Amino acid sequence: MSIAKILLVDDEKPFVETMMKRLKKRDVDVAPAYDGQEALECLGQDSTIEVVIMDIKMPVMDGMEALRAIKSKHPLVEVIMLTGHATVETGIDGMRMGAFDYLMKPCDMEQLIAKVEEAAKHKRQHEQKIMEARVQAITLRRP
Amino acid sequence: MEEKKSSSRDYRSLLKKVVFVIIITAITPTVVVSMFILNEFRASYQAKVYDHMELLARKHKKNIDMFLSEKLMDIGWLARSNRFEELSNSVFLNQKFVELQRAFERTFVDIGVVDHEGRQIAYAGPYDLFGVKYSDTDWFKGAMTKPYFISDVFKGLRGAPHFIITVRHEHQGKPWILRATIDFGEFNNLVEYLRIGKSGFAFILNKNGDFQTEPTSDVNPDELVKVLKGDNALNRPSSIFRHKNQEGKEVLYAITTLKNGEWIMVLQQDVDDAFAELNNAQKIALLIILIGSLGSIATAFIVSNQLIKRISMADEEKHTADKEKEIMSQQVIETGKLASIGELASGIAHEINNPVAIMIEEAGWIEDLLEEEEFKEGENLEEFCRALKQINTQGKRCKEITHKLLSFARKTDSRIAEISINALLEEIIYLSSQRAKYGNTEVRTQLEKNLPPVFASETEMQQVFMNLINNAIDAMEKTGGIITLTSKRVGDNILVIVADNGPGIADANLSRIFDPFYTTKPVGKGTGLGLSICYGIVKKIGGDIQAHSVKGEGTTFEILIPQNTEADVPAVGMKGD
Repeated sequence: MSIAKILLVDDEKPFVETMMKRLKKRDVDVAPAYDGQEALECLGQDSTIEVVIMDIKMPVMDGMEALRAIKSKHPLVEVIMLTGHATVETGIDGMRMGAFDYLMKPCDMEQLIAKVEEAAKHKRQHEQKIMEARVQAITLRRP
Repeated sequence: MEEKKSSSRDYRSLLKKVVFVIIITAITPTVVVSMFILNEFRASYQAKVYDHMELLARKHKKNIDMFLSEKLMDIGWLARSNRFEELSNSVFLNQKFVELQRAFERTFVDIGVVDHEGRQIAYAGPYDLFGVKYSDTDWFKGAMTKPYFISDVFKGLRGAPHFIITVRHEHQGKPWILRATIDFGEFNNLVEYLRIGKSGFAFILNKNGDFQTEPTSDVNPDELVKVLKGDNALNRPSSIFRHKNQEGKEVLYAITTLKNGEWIMVLQQDVDDAFAELNNAQKIALLIILIGSLGSIATAFIVSNQLIKRISMADEEKHTADKEKEIMSQQVIETGKLASIGELASGIAHEINNPVAIMIEEAGWIEDLLEEEEFKEGENLEEFCRALKQINTQGKRCKEITHKLLSFARKTDSRIAEISINALLEEIIYLSSQRAKYGNTEVRTQLEKNLPPVFASETEMQQVFMNLINNAIDAMEKTGGIITLTSKRVGDNILVIVADNGPGIADANLSRIFDPFYTTKPVGKGTGLGLSICYGIVKKIGGDIQAHSVKGEGTTFEILIPQNTEADVPAVGMKGD
């Protein structure tokens, strides 16, 4: 059973491929994307994706722009920013725009999985609350 | 040093010039004006003294001339109003003599009638001079030639100085003379009591230089007559001149002629006495000029000294300001350089981190694969694992390097973590060991075991200790030395001491070392930011940093790190919620 459905977004193809292999080996369901635009398309096609792990510096559409778009179209999807030069400033900027957390390259696999689990848990709790609110709303509407 | 000497010489030369100019401009007009005034005053005073002497001389000439004419008129009247027969009678003459004496007291000593042969045919007076013959005397000869005659002073038969006045008349075609002797004392008084200043007096001479009155002081009449003749004064009714006598004393003479030029009245006064007031005034004026000049010179020195001091201070301030400006612009350049290097470092970090991440992922993947059964029994499994671990370690080392680059660009990772101070210090010693070796510096440690962990940003704490150690190595660059790192628990805090035995920091600089952009390193070597960053980091975590230094013995930095919990530290938390 996968801890979460993940979308891994990075323009470094070898990194994405190896990371995917390693995640799959740990029974993590992961899909690849190689820029922000592609990530948005994937999210549009696959609504089961729960967590996006995304590089900041990418061609076509960079990580920050993609984050803004994801949060606007898929607000419940959690995003973990991944960067080669993590700084407090970029981290804060990302989190202001709704990112769950950020990680520095190269990152420790165990640390990554822990973060993904936290993010997925957060998403599910969020969904749960929304679900409960909807159920309550329906119940209240019934005569 | 040379520059300082030469500038001090410049100031001295400037001081001399300023003093010279002030003295010349202040004193020259005073001296010139004073000299001009003194000269004018002297001329005017001299004119006043000369006028005074001339006035006195004229006044006394008038008195004497009047005295003599009066006496002549008296006996002229006696001769005219009486007949020859009556006057040649001694009894009658005596009667008239008594009347004269009654009228003029002692002025007339005696009177007598002398016939044309020079015989005194009648006489009234205190001496026995009846019948005396005067035909050979100078006065008789003179009297026979003029209707009125005044003789020079002579002693004659009576042996006392006197002079005679005569009127000539005729009886039966033959001349006769009425003569009177004038009291010398009475006449002398007219001149003797004349006093001018302290040394001035008057006397009368005839043309041969014989005294007609008695001078009150010693006078050399021959010398005087010689001078008067040389000066042609005898042919002028009056004149005034100076002459240095044989004693070397300068004397002022006022000359006027009497008795139709036969007698000369001389008023003489020492020049020193005549001009005493002028000399005093001159002395006072000179004293005032001297005091004024000394005052001007002193003022010139004081004012110039103050002026030069101000100029030198202003120059020094300008020099310091220029130097600070130069340092500041150098620092601005350095800061700019840092910023560019920071940008570059940030780019490089990203570029390196990506391939390193791939390498580590690949190694991780191999590690994952080795977990599988088929590889577990391989004979080189252990060697594979060791190699992968090494790749992982070296990858992390690359990550550290890129982080240091970022930290250099001051875009550090300031995440708070639990850190062990001793481990941190040992790592820093390891990192700076190469630099210390080249700087001939030995790093020693005195680390207390089992210190509790502290909550702080590891990279920031690294930056603090790295800066302090690098500064110590820089300070001892030329001489070498020992750096001692001490860590110990002080109450609830941890104290880290970074001590060196280098040249120390001057007291004046010690208070400013934590100021931004303050550096004692040569231009281009330091940015003046290191210690100020350290200060900021330590203060941010609620700690304290203090510097102590003894010139020539070394410098000690004490960093007190509080044993914060994670929540106490005011840093940015990276947790999502």
